[in-house]
Amino acid sequence: MSRTPVNILDRPLGGRGSRAETQVSLSAFSYLYSELVQYHQNRVDSISELERRLESSGYDVGLKILELITYRNREYKREIRLMNILHFVSTQVWKAVFGKPADSLERSVENTDEFMIIDYEPLTSTFCSVPADFGQLSADGYMSGIVAGVLDGAGFSARVTAHSVALEEGEANNNNTNTSSSSGGAQSGNNGSLLPPRKEKAVFLVKFSPEVLERDAAMDR
Amino acid sequence: MSSKSSAAANGQALWAKVPKANAELFALTYGALVMEVVSDSDGNVDEINEQLEKIGYSIGIRSVDEFLAKSNSPYCKNLEETANVLGKTAFKMFLGINCDVQIYNPPTSFSLILHDNPLSLFVELPDNYKDTLQYTILYCGVIRGALEMLNYKVECTLIKSTLRGDDVDEIKVDLKNILQDGAGEDYQEE
Repeated sequence: MSRTPVNILDRPLGGRGSRAETQVSLSAFSYLYSELVQYHQNRVDSISELERRLESSGYDVGLKILELITYRNREYKREIRLMNILHFVSTQVWKAVFGKPADSLERSVENTDEFMIIDYEPLTSTFCSVPADFGQLSADGYMSGIVAGVLDGAGFSARVTAHSVALEEGEANNNNTNTSSSSGGAQSGNNGSLLPPRKEKAVFLVKFSPEVLERDAAMDR
Repeated sequence: MSSKSSAAANGQALWAKVPKANAELFALTYGALVMEVVSDSDGNVDEINEQLEKIGYSIGIRSVDEFLAKSNSPYCKNLEETANVLGKTAFKMFLGINCDVQIYNPPTSFSLILHDNPLSLFVELPDNYKDTLQYTILYCGVIRGALEMLNYKVECTLIKSTLRGDDVDEIKVDLKNILQDGAGEDYQEE
Protein backbone atom coordinates (compact mmCIF):
# COMPACT_ATOMS: atom_id res chain seq x y z
CA MET A 1 0.00 0.00 0.00
CA SER A 2 2.67 2.43 0.96
CA ARG A 3 3.84 4.53 -1.92
CA THR A 4 7.54 4.83 -2.32
CA PRO A 5 8.50 8.45 -2.77
CA VAL A 6 9.49 8.39 -6.41
CA ASN A 7 9.80 11.28 -8.77
CA ILE A 8 6.37 12.46 -9.81
CA LEU A 9 7.10 11.81 -13.47
CA ASP A 10 7.87 8.17 -12.72
CA ARG A 11 4.60 7.52 -10.96
CA PRO A 12 1.86 5.73 -12.86
CA LEU A 13 -0.63 8.03 -14.51
CA GLY A 14 -3.68 6.07 -13.50
CA GLY A 15 -4.31 8.17 -10.45
CA ARG A 16 -5.04 6.13 -7.37
CA GLY A 17 -5.46 2.67 -8.74
CA SER A 18 -8.82 1.40 -9.90
CA ARG A 19 -11.58 3.59 -11.21
CA ALA A 20 -13.73 3.41 -8.12
CA GLU A 21 -10.95 4.79 -6.00
CA THR A 22 -10.41 7.95 -7.96
CA GLN A 23 -13.39 9.61 -6.40
CA VAL A 24 -14.13 11.77 -3.42
CA SER A 25 -17.54 12.72 -2.17
CA LEU A 26 -19.34 15.49 -3.98
CA SER A 27 -19.67 17.36 -0.71
CA ALA A 28 -15.92 17.31 -0.13
CA PHE A 29 -15.41 18.83 -3.55
CA SER A 30 -18.16 21.36 -2.96
CA TYR A 31 -16.71 22.50 0.36
CA LEU A 32 -13.37 23.00 -1.30
CA TYR A 33 -14.84 24.82 -4.27
CA SER A 34 -16.88 27.08 -2.03
CA GLU A 35 -13.69 27.99 -0.19
CA LEU A 36 -12.05 28.79 -3.51
CA VAL A 37 -14.94 31.08 -4.39
CA GLN A 38 -14.90 32.73 -0.97
CA TYR A 39 -11.15 33.20 -1.10
CA HIS A 40 -11.47 35.07 -4.37
CA GLN A 41 -14.55 36.92 -3.25
CA ASN A 42 -12.69 38.42 -0.31
CA ARG A 43 -10.09 39.83 -2.62
CA VAL A 44 -12.17 41.47 -5.33
CA ASP A 45 -14.56 44.36 -5.44
CA SER A 46 -16.61 43.54 -8.49
CA ILE A 47 -18.54 40.59 -9.83
CA SER A 48 -16.71 40.54 -13.14
CA GLU A 49 -13.39 40.51 -11.32
CA LEU A 50 -14.55 37.51 -9.27
CA GLU A 51 -15.54 35.67 -12.43
CA ARG A 52 -12.25 36.54 -14.04
CA ARG A 53 -10.29 35.17 -11.09
CA LEU A 54 -12.31 31.96 -11.05
CA GLU A 55 -11.66 31.59 -14.76
CA SER A 56 -7.96 32.06 -14.30
CA SER A 57 -7.92 29.39 -11.58
CA GLY A 58 -9.68 27.04 -13.97
CA TYR A 59 -7.42 27.87 -16.87
CA ASP A 60 -4.33 26.22 -15.35
CA VAL A 61 -6.39 23.21 -14.40
CA GLY A 62 -7.64 22.98 -17.99
CA LEU A 63 -4.12 22.87 -19.39
CA LYS A 64 -3.23 20.01 -17.05
CA ILE A 65 -6.41 18.10 -17.78
CA LEU A 66 -5.80 18.26 -21.52
CA GLU A 67 -2.38 16.78 -21.06
CA LEU A 68 -3.65 14.11 -18.70
CA ILE A 69 -6.50 13.00 -20.95
CA THR A 70 -4.42 12.83 -24.09
CA TYR A 71 -1.69 10.81 -22.42
CA ARG A 72 -4.19 8.50 -20.85
CA ASN A 73 -6.11 7.95 -24.07
CA ARG A 74 -2.83 7.40 -25.90
CA GLU A 75 -3.98 9.91 -28.45
CA TYR A 76 -0.76 11.09 -29.86
CA LYS A 77 -2.60 12.59 -32.77
CA ARG A 78 -3.56 16.18 -32.21
CA GLU A 79 -7.05 17.48 -32.94
CA ILE A 80 -6.72 20.15 -35.59
CA ARG A 81 -10.31 20.72 -36.63
CA LEU A 82 -12.63 23.07 -34.81
CA MET A 83 -15.60 20.73 -34.56
CA ASN A 84 -13.47 17.82 -33.43
CA ILE A 85 -11.94 19.72 -30.58
CA LEU A 86 -15.34 20.95 -29.48
CA HIS A 87 -16.62 17.39 -29.46
CA PHE A 88 -13.56 16.34 -27.55
CA VAL A 89 -14.28 18.99 -24.93
CA SER A 90 -17.96 18.33 -24.57
CA THR A 91 -17.64 14.56 -24.36
CA GLN A 92 -14.20 13.37 -23.26
CA VAL A 93 -13.14 16.28 -21.11
CA TRP A 94 -16.57 16.57 -19.53
CA LYS A 95 -16.70 12.84 -18.80
CA ALA A 96 -13.23 12.75 -17.35
CA VAL A 97 -13.73 15.77 -15.14
CA PHE A 98 -17.42 15.99 -14.34
CA GLY A 99 -18.39 12.33 -14.72
CA LYS A 100 -20.88 12.82 -17.55
CA PRO A 101 -20.86 14.26 -21.05
CA ALA A 102 -22.11 17.81 -21.55
CA ASP A 103 -25.79 17.94 -22.39
CA SER A 104 -25.48 19.67 -25.72
CA LEU A 105 -23.20 21.50 -28.06
CA GLU A 106 -24.73 24.20 -30.21
CA ARG A 107 -23.56 26.68 -32.77
CA SER A 108 -24.69 30.23 -32.33
CA VAL A 109 -27.15 31.37 -34.98
CA GLU A 110 -26.03 35.00 -35.04
CA ASN A 111 -22.29 34.66 -34.82
CA THR A 112 -20.38 31.96 -36.62
CA ASP A 113 -17.44 32.21 -34.26
CA GLU A 114 -19.53 31.36 -31.21
CA PHE A 115 -20.42 27.97 -29.87
CA MET A 116 -22.34 26.95 -26.78
CA ILE A 117 -21.73 24.00 -24.53
CA ILE A 118 -24.74 23.43 -22.33
CA ASP A 119 -24.81 21.59 -19.04
CA TYR A 120 -28.09 21.23 -17.18
CA GLU A 121 -26.47 20.18 -13.94
CA PRO A 122 -23.13 21.94 -13.72
CA LEU A 123 -21.07 20.39 -10.95
CA THR A 124 -19.58 23.55 -9.52
CA SER A 125 -22.88 25.26 -8.79
CA THR A 126 -24.58 22.18 -7.33
CA PHE A 127 -24.94 23.66 -3.87
CA CYS A 128 -24.68 27.27 -4.87
CA SER A 129 -27.30 29.96 -4.76
CA VAL A 130 -26.27 33.34 -6.04
CA PRO A 131 -27.47 36.22 -3.87
CA ALA A 132 -29.75 38.69 -5.59
CA ASP A 133 -27.31 41.55 -5.32
CA PHE A 134 -24.69 39.55 -7.17
CA GLY A 135 -26.58 40.00 -10.38
CA GLN A 136 -25.32 37.95 -13.24
CA LEU A 137 -22.62 36.07 -11.38
CA SER A 138 -22.26 32.53 -12.58
CA ALA A 139 -20.56 30.24 -10.11
CA ASP A 140 -19.39 28.11 -12.99
CA GLY A 141 -16.64 30.48 -14.00
CA TYR A 142 -14.19 27.84 -12.88
CA MET A 143 -15.61 25.39 -15.40
CA SER A 144 -15.40 27.91 -18.21
CA GLY A 145 -11.79 28.50 -17.21
CA ILE A 146 -11.13 24.77 -17.55
CA VAL A 147 -12.70 24.78 -21.03
CA ALA A 148 -10.60 27.79 -22.02
CA GLY A 149 -7.46 26.07 -20.72
CA VAL A 150 -8.14 22.89 -22.65
CA LEU A 151 -8.92 24.78 -25.88
CA ASP A 152 -5.94 27.06 -25.55
CA GLY A 153 -3.64 24.17 -24.77
CA ALA A 154 -4.82 22.46 -27.94
CA GLY A 155 -4.06 25.56 -30.00
CA PHE A 156 -7.57 26.94 -30.31
CA SER A 157 -7.45 30.17 -28.42
CA ALA A 158 -10.90 31.20 -27.35
CA ARG A 159 -12.70 33.36 -24.89
CA VAL A 160 -15.02 31.21 -22.80
CA THR A 161 -17.64 32.64 -20.49
CA ALA A 162 -20.16 30.93 -18.25
CA HIS A 163 -23.75 32.09 -18.08
CA SER A 164 -26.60 30.83 -15.96
CA VAL A 165 -29.73 30.75 -18.05
CA ALA A 166 -33.17 30.12 -16.63
CA LEU A 167 -34.74 26.95 -17.92
CA GLU A 168 -37.78 27.30 -20.09
CA GLU A 169 -41.08 25.69 -19.25
CA GLY A 170 -40.90 21.95 -19.71
CA GLU A 171 -37.21 21.96 -20.51
CA ALA A 172 -36.20 20.78 -17.07
CA ASN A 173 -38.38 17.70 -16.84
CA ASN A 174 -37.41 16.58 -20.25
CA ASN A 175 -33.82 16.90 -19.49
CA ASN A 176 -33.84 15.23 -16.11
CA THR A 177 -35.08 11.99 -17.58
CA ASN A 178 -32.57 12.40 -20.35
CA THR A 179 -29.54 12.78 -18.17
CA SER A 180 -30.38 10.00 -15.78
CA SER A 181 -30.93 7.57 -18.62
CA SER A 182 -27.99 8.67 -20.72
CA SER A 183 -25.36 8.74 -18.05
CA GLY A 184 -27.01 5.87 -16.22
CA GLY A 185 -24.69 6.27 -13.26
CA ALA A 186 -25.68 6.31 -9.65
CA GLN A 187 -24.10 9.73 -9.61
CA SER A 188 -26.75 11.76 -11.36
CA GLY A 189 -29.51 9.64 -9.88
CA ASN A 190 -28.29 10.43 -6.40
CA ASN A 191 -27.99 14.10 -7.10
CA GLY A 192 -31.48 14.18 -8.45
CA SER A 193 -33.03 12.54 -5.44
CA LEU A 194 -31.27 14.71 -2.88
CA LEU A 195 -31.61 18.08 -4.48
CA PRO A 196 -34.49 20.07 -5.86
CA PRO A 197 -34.45 20.27 -9.65
CA ARG A 198 -32.30 23.01 -11.08
CA LYS A 199 -33.97 26.15 -12.29
CA GLU A 200 -31.00 27.22 -14.36
CA LYS A 201 -28.69 25.64 -16.83
CA ALA A 202 -25.13 26.63 -17.46
CA VAL A 203 -24.25 27.84 -20.93
CA PHE A 204 -20.58 28.03 -21.74
CA LEU A 205 -20.14 30.47 -24.56
CA VAL A 206 -17.02 29.73 -26.57
CA LYS A 207 -15.90 32.55 -28.81
CA PHE A 208 -12.92 31.59 -30.94
CA SER A 209 -10.26 34.03 -32.00
CA PRO A 210 -10.45 35.12 -35.66
CA GLU A 211 -7.20 33.37 -36.58
CA VAL A 212 -8.54 30.03 -35.38
CA LEU A 213 -11.56 30.35 -37.65
CA GLU A 214 -9.40 31.44 -40.57
CA ARG A 215 -7.17 28.45 -40.09
CA ASP A 216 -10.13 26.11 -39.93
CA ALA A 217 -11.66 27.65 -43.04
CA ALA A 218 -8.35 27.28 -44.86
CA MET A 219 -8.36 23.56 -44.17
CA ASP A 220 -11.70 23.21 -45.94
CA ARG A 221 -10.28 24.43 -49.20
CA MET B 1 -12.44 -3.39 19.36
CA SER B 2 -16.08 -2.97 18.50
CA SER B 3 -16.22 0.80 18.23
CA LYS B 4 -13.47 0.69 15.62
CA SER B 5 -15.04 -1.93 13.40
CA SER B 6 -18.54 -0.50 13.60
CA ALA B 7 -17.19 2.93 12.76
CA ALA B 8 -15.42 1.45 9.76
CA ALA B 9 -18.53 -0.41 8.61
CA ASN B 10 -20.60 2.74 8.97
CA GLY B 11 -18.02 4.66 6.92
CA GLN B 12 -18.13 2.05 4.19
CA ALA B 13 -21.93 2.18 4.04
CA LEU B 14 -21.96 5.98 3.92
CA TRP B 15 -19.32 6.09 1.22
CA ALA B 16 -21.45 3.82 -0.95
CA LYS B 17 -24.38 6.21 -0.61
CA VAL B 18 -22.94 9.69 -1.04
CA PRO B 19 -22.81 11.37 -4.46
CA LYS B 20 -19.30 11.38 -5.85
CA ALA B 21 -17.05 13.77 -7.68
CA ASN B 22 -13.84 13.14 -9.54
CA ALA B 23 -10.84 12.99 -7.23
CA GLU B 24 -8.54 14.43 -9.87
CA LEU B 25 -10.70 17.51 -10.19
CA PHE B 26 -10.66 17.73 -6.39
CA ALA B 27 -6.88 17.53 -6.29
CA LEU B 28 -6.43 20.02 -9.11
CA THR B 29 -8.90 22.43 -7.55
CA TYR B 30 -7.01 22.33 -4.29
CA GLY B 31 -3.84 22.87 -6.27
CA ALA B 32 -5.37 25.94 -7.90
CA LEU B 33 -6.37 27.25 -4.49
CA VAL B 34 -2.90 26.71 -3.06
CA MET B 35 -1.40 28.46 -6.08
CA GLU B 36 -3.61 31.48 -5.46
CA VAL B 37 -2.65 31.57 -1.80
CA VAL B 38 1.03 31.25 -2.63
CA SER B 39 0.94 34.01 -5.21
CA ASP B 40 -1.00 36.30 -2.87
CA SER B 41 1.41 35.99 0.02
CA ASP B 42 4.72 36.86 -1.61
CA GLY B 43 6.35 33.61 -0.66
CA ASN B 44 5.85 34.02 3.08
CA VAL B 45 5.51 30.35 3.99
CA ASP B 46 4.09 30.87 7.47
CA GLU B 47 1.37 33.03 6.02
CA ILE B 48 0.57 30.40 3.40
CA ASN B 49 0.33 27.63 5.99
CA GLU B 50 -1.83 29.78 8.21
CA GLN B 51 -4.16 30.71 5.38
CA LEU B 52 -4.56 27.10 4.24
CA GLU B 53 -5.28 26.02 7.80
CA LYS B 54 -7.89 28.73 8.09
CA ILE B 55 -9.55 27.56 4.90
CA GLY B 56 -9.65 24.05 6.36
CA TYR B 57 -11.14 25.35 9.58
CA SER B 58 -13.99 26.97 7.74
CA ILE B 59 -14.65 23.72 5.90
CA GLY B 60 -14.52 21.82 9.17
CA ILE B 61 -17.09 23.87 11.02
CA ARG B 62 -19.55 23.34 8.21
CA SER B 63 -18.83 19.77 7.24
CA VAL B 64 -19.40 18.49 10.77
CA ASP B 65 -23.07 19.42 10.40
CA GLU B 66 -23.41 17.35 7.30
CA PHE B 67 -21.57 14.50 8.93
CA LEU B 68 -23.79 14.43 12.00
CA ALA B 69 -26.92 14.73 9.89
CA LYS B 70 -26.02 11.88 7.58
CA SER B 71 -23.88 9.52 9.58
CA ASN B 72 -26.16 8.52 12.42
CA SER B 73 -23.05 7.81 14.45
CA PRO B 74 -23.50 6.71 18.04
CA TYR B 75 -22.70 9.15 20.82
CA CYS B 76 -18.98 9.17 21.54
CA LYS B 77 -18.15 8.69 25.20
CA ASN B 78 -14.44 9.38 25.06
CA LEU B 79 -11.74 10.70 22.80
CA GLU B 80 -10.84 7.25 21.60
CA GLU B 81 -14.31 6.73 20.18
CA THR B 82 -14.27 10.19 18.66
CA ALA B 83 -10.95 9.39 17.01
CA ASN B 84 -12.33 6.21 15.51
CA VAL B 85 -15.44 7.90 14.19
CA LEU B 86 -13.33 10.69 12.74
CA GLY B 87 -10.79 8.46 11.10
CA LYS B 88 -12.90 5.48 10.13
CA THR B 89 -16.27 7.05 9.36
CA ALA B 90 -15.78 10.72 8.51
CA PHE B 91 -12.67 10.39 6.36
CA LYS B 92 -14.24 7.48 4.54
CA MET B 93 -17.51 9.29 3.97
CA PHE B 94 -16.00 12.49 2.62
CA LEU B 95 -12.85 11.35 0.90
CA GLY B 96 -13.38 7.66 0.35
CA ILE B 97 -10.08 6.76 1.94
CA ASN B 98 -9.23 4.40 4.75
CA CYS B 99 -7.01 5.70 7.46
CA ASP B 100 -5.52 4.09 10.51
CA VAL B 101 -6.18 5.50 13.92
CA GLN B 102 -3.50 5.29 16.54
CA ILE B 103 -4.36 6.22 20.10
CA TYR B 104 -1.62 7.39 22.41
CA ASN B 105 -1.39 6.86 26.10
CA PRO B 106 -2.54 8.89 28.04
CA PRO B 107 -5.56 9.17 25.76
CA THR B 108 -5.44 12.90 25.14
CA SER B 109 -3.97 12.61 21.66
CA PHE B 110 -4.23 10.38 18.63
CA SER B 111 -2.82 10.09 15.16
CA LEU B 112 -4.54 9.57 11.85
CA ILE B 113 -2.39 7.73 9.36
CA LEU B 114 -3.35 8.19 5.72
CA HIS B 115 -1.99 5.70 3.24
CA ASP B 116 -3.69 7.47 0.43
CA ASN B 117 -3.99 11.21 0.19
CA PRO B 118 -6.39 12.68 -2.37
CA LEU B 119 -5.05 16.19 -1.87
CA SER B 120 -1.51 15.39 -2.86
CA LEU B 121 -2.34 13.61 -6.10
CA PHE B 122 -0.09 14.98 -8.91
CA VAL B 123 1.74 17.15 -6.41
CA GLU B 124 5.43 17.70 -6.08
CA LEU B 125 6.74 20.56 -4.01
CA PRO B 126 9.55 22.68 -5.38
CA ASP B 127 12.78 22.59 -3.36
CA ASN B 128 12.34 25.99 -1.79
CA TYR B 129 9.00 24.95 -0.30
CA LYS B 130 9.71 21.30 0.34
CA ASP B 131 10.53 21.51 4.01
CA THR B 132 8.42 24.47 5.00
CA LEU B 133 5.17 24.46 3.07
CA GLN B 134 2.62 22.17 4.69
CA TYR B 135 0.61 21.37 1.62
CA THR B 136 -1.94 19.14 3.30
CA ILE B 137 -2.37 21.34 6.34
CA LEU B 138 -5.96 21.71 5.13
CA TYR B 139 -6.75 18.49 6.99
CA CYS B 140 -5.52 20.01 10.25
CA GLY B 141 -7.87 22.93 9.82
CA VAL B 142 -10.79 20.67 8.96
CA ILE B 143 -10.22 18.48 12.02
CA ARG B 144 -9.73 21.47 14.29
CA GLY B 145 -12.91 23.13 12.99
CA ALA B 146 -15.02 20.01 13.14
CA LEU B 147 -13.91 19.00 16.64
CA GLU B 148 -14.31 22.52 17.92
CA MET B 149 -17.97 22.36 16.99
CA LEU B 150 -18.13 19.25 19.20
CA ASN B 151 -16.55 21.17 22.09
CA TYR B 152 -13.12 19.62 21.69
CA LYS B 153 -10.41 22.23 21.47
CA VAL B 154 -7.60 20.47 19.66
CA GLU B 155 -4.28 21.20 18.07
CA CYS B 156 -3.33 19.37 14.88
CA THR B 157 0.08 18.92 13.40
CA LEU B 158 1.31 17.15 10.31
CA ILE B 159 3.95 14.76 11.54
CA LYS B 160 4.64 12.91 8.34
CA SER B 161 3.95 13.88 4.78
CA THR B 162 4.47 11.91 1.60
CA LEU B 163 5.39 15.17 -0.09
CA ARG B 164 8.41 15.41 2.14
CA GLY B 165 9.49 11.88 1.45
CA ASP B 166 7.75 9.96 4.24
CA ASP B 167 5.87 6.85 3.18
CA VAL B 168 2.55 7.86 4.77
CA ASP B 169 0.77 11.01 5.86
CA GLU B 170 0.29 11.29 9.57
CA ILE B 171 -1.77 13.89 11.38
CA LYS B 172 -1.41 14.14 15.12
CA VAL B 173 -4.32 15.54 17.08
CA ASP B 174 -3.76 16.79 20.63
CA LEU B 175 -6.71 17.50 22.85
CA LYS B 176 -6.14 20.78 24.63
CA ASN B 177 -9.30 21.19 26.61
CA ILE B 178 -12.99 20.50 26.46
CA LEU B 179 -15.10 23.58 25.98
CA GLN B 180 -18.12 24.21 28.13
CA ASP B 181 -21.53 24.27 26.54
CA GLY B 182 -23.77 27.27 26.85
CA ALA B 183 -23.75 30.90 25.88
CA GLY B 184 -20.54 32.87 26.11
CA GLU B 185 -19.87 35.17 29.03
CA ASP B 186 -21.04 38.20 27.08
CA TYR B 187 -24.51 36.79 26.89
CA GLN B 188 -24.92 35.68 30.47
CA GLU B 189 -27.55 37.46 32.48
CA GLU B 190 -26.18 39.67 35.15
